[in-house]
Amino acid sequence: MGSSEKILAELADDTPVDLAGAVENSHVFEILDQLDRELIGLNPVKTRIREIAALLLMDRLRKNMNLSAQPPSLHMCFTGNPGTGKTTVAQRMAKILHRLGYVRQGHVVAVTRDDLVGQYIGHTAPKTKEVLKRAMGGVLFIDEAYYLYKPENERDYGAESIEILLQVMENQRDDLVVILAGYKDRMENFFSSNPGMSSRIAHHIDFPDYSTEELMEIAEMMMVNLNYRFDADSAQAFGEYIRLRMQMPHFANARSIRNAIDRMRLRHANRLFERGGEQVTRRDLVTIAAADIRASRVFGEKAAPLMTSPD
Amino acid sequence: MRLTQGQFSFLPDLSDEQITAQIAYGLKQGWALNVEYTDDPHPRNTYWEMWGIPMFDLKDPAGILMEINECRRTYPRHYVRVTAFDSSRGWETPRMSFLVNRPADEPGFGLVRQEGPGRQVRYTVRSYAVDRPEGSRYA
Ligand SMILES: Nc1ncnc2c1ncn2[C@@H]1O[C@H](COP(=O)(O)OP(=O)(O)OP(=O)(O)O)[C@@H](O)[C@H]1O
Ligand SMILES: [Mg+2]
Repeated sequence: MGSSEKILAELADDTPVDLAGAVENSHVFEILDQLDRELIGLNPVKTRIREIAALLLMDRLRKNMNLSAQPPSLHMCFTGNPGTGKTTVAQRMAKILHRLGYVRQGHVVAVTRDDLVGQYIGHTAPKTKEVLKRAMGGVLFIDEAYYLYKPENERDYGAESIEILLQVMENQRDDLVVILAGYKDRMENFFSSNPGMSSRIAHHIDFPDYSTEELMEIAEMMMVNLNYRFDADSAQAFGEYIRLRMQMPHFANARSIRNAIDRMRLRHANRLFERGGEQVTRRDLVTIAAADIRASRVFGEKAAPLMTSPD
Repeated sequence: MRLTQGQFSFLPDLSDEQITAQIAYGLKQGWALNVEYTDDPHPRNTYWEMWGIPMFDLKDPAGILMEINECRRTYPRHYVRVTAFDSSRGWETPRMSFLVNRPADEPGFGLVRQEGPGRQVRYTVRSYAVDRPEGSRYA
């Protein structure tokens, strides 16, 4: 490697670069295309991820041409409402980083405040370090990261955990990538009171809420993966369901859709079960009927305030 | 006197890069690694102090190197070793063990002769390190 590096250093500016080869070798487009296919909507997110992938790939090529630069900072922040796909995208991001050689193992360790912060003096540092050790070589995903910082409590141990995280984020950039996630406004508050954290996060990606059409597409995709389908009536019923459910409390985008499908499957199974000895066909087994959807509380108690999720 | 215990101990001390490569090998086999330290390197002293609990579920050597470095920082004049345990047979079996830290000055061992009945002599070794009480050895 040593002598070939020297030769490269003497290469002229018009030395051709094997971009196609590098793209091919990293297989990064496979993951990007898979991301496009398997995640509905999220266009701004997909664009940002493509941009980051391009940056990393170019960084690799530049390195091969002896154009050294400080390695790009990769810590990220994903903001968005519940169920908008942050955790799912973090998993994909880890794969992309792994393919491009920016993390060695490519696994994701997902944690919240309770995994990092202890209950008494001397408890926090070992807990945080334990998590960091597990995340080494991969991605550390901290959900609702703003709970780490509790300004109302002076003696809160969250600050200690933040301190350790910051150190590792700065000094062990090759060893792990940190992704913070949470609601946008709270995350912004968190950053404004933790400038150290803010300055170490290079990429802020915002996850928009899904439109009704996108939620319908997500539902259809989930159904296909589960080997179920709607008929004309139930497809329409589910469209109505989505519109009603979106107005209700505890709406969690794609996760609410997933939960709704689980409930529908339950009702579908019970409906067939109740039919007792009657002839049931393969079609019956795969088709969700309008009745399986319209039995939901979402249609009945529109006006009543719900304390629990109505799916 | 240079202590020779465990793997690689007749070689020059391993660099961090070499230690990392050995740990990566252990992790790839699915073994759990732990870090131990002692100031009494007698060959029969099998039970060294544990630096935290053995590390299960780690994917990458960087986490273990973190603990090694912390142990070295805390006990710069102790012996520190890394051991890899294989649990595939239902109990934890050491598969690798090597030193990652040694005191700058290693006092070594003395031969002790014990006079027995009928002019019988029994021999044993004693580490000079234990002449001083625990904690103040190698100080
Ligand atoms: N764009 C999408 N296309 C298909 N399925 C999606 C999409 N977004 C999310 N999902 C599905 O919705 C569920 C919830 O997504 P995920 O857990 O990633 O959301 P989240 O943003 O992390 O939520 P929270 O903030 O509550 O943790 C998952 O089952 C995921 O597969
Ligand atoms: Mg999540």
